[in-house]
Amino acid sequence: MSKDWPLWEVFIRSKHGLSHKHVGSIHATDAEMAMNNARDVYTRRNEGASIWVVPSAQIVSSAPGDKEMLFDPSNDKVYRHPTFYEVPSDVENM
Amino acid sequence: MNKLEQQQFEYLLRLGDSDLILGQRLSAWLGHAPVLEEEMATGNVALDLVGQARSWLGLAGEIEGAGRDADRLAYFRDAFDYRNVLLAERPNGDYAYTIMRQFLYDAYHYPLLERLSASADERIREVAAKSLKEVQYHVRRSSEWVIRMGDGTRESHDRIQAALDDLWMYTGEMLTPDEVDQALLETGVAADLERVAGAWHERVREVTAEATLVIPDESWMQQGGKQGRHTEHLGYILAEMQFLPRAYPDARW
Repeated sequence: MSKDWPLWEVFIRSKHGLSHKHVGSIHATDAEMAMNNARDVYTRRNEGASIWVVPSAQIVSSAPGDKEMLFDPSNDKVYRHPTFYEVPSDVENM
Repeated sequence: MNKLEQQQFEYLLRLGDSDLILGQRLSAWLGHAPVLEEEMATGNVALDLVGQARSWLGLAGEIEGAGRDADRLAYFRDAFDYRNVLLAERPNGDYAYTIMRQFLYDAYHYPLLERLSASADERIREVAAKSLKEVQYHVRRSSEWVIRMGDGTRESHDRIQAALDDLWMYTGEMLTPDEVDQALLETGVAADLERVAGAWHERVREVTAEATLVIPDESWMQQGGKQGRHTEHLGYILAEMQFLPRAYPDARW
């Protein structure tokens, strides 16, 4: 049965978190069911303050083969990383 | 107990037992539901209902004043002492049958709790207000499923229509006041079942219309659950539910 049901990705914003985080996926036939299922599967222990559901087919993801092209160039350029500054002690979150 | 307390005790048993028996019924889907998501959802609704039953039966025990707590009332009464509506003890059937049973109950449960949130009894008000949030979700979920199945494929339509036809005769009882409902309504404690029935009919008409289902003709309605006259199903439910605490009365979780 579930093979006929589209896959949806679920994002939850927790009470403590500022942004929605990907928590997993569920099957559902429509947006209302996706929202209900996300609630029932992923927020049973009071985890959530807000839910997003997105059809998995709508997510564009990077190809594993492009990993080097996309991410390696930034590795050998140390000046891209802000490691040469002294952080003033009054700054709490950097 | 004086007469008023006796009536309050009866009334609270009806609220608690209906939730408890339906919760027990729903729990039987765990491990058997058609898809994982539905299994979790069914389990959540079952837990909500058992939790509400715990509150209602706890209150009933307080009013009775004989030292029986919620567990004692749940596990050590026989079928003829149970006061749940007959709808709650209907078998699970197929998933359409379970969903329709749930919808017909939720559509009653929600306006019932709405009225009870304004009860003259503060303890009832508190439990009702807390439960209302849970039941708001139950009725939304079951309504959407009725529409999805009714307006779905030929097979899903036929199955949920058959469920509606079969369950219809069990809906009259919960919407019809008897002398306990009437007496407690006069003291402001109970919900006005005529108004609950009005809200129930309205929602059932709306949802079944959108689901392209046909409401059965007015027919003879089953009754007796609220007075302790049950169908043959309740004994089996209790046998399973009560086995452990009766066999091992000192067992602790």
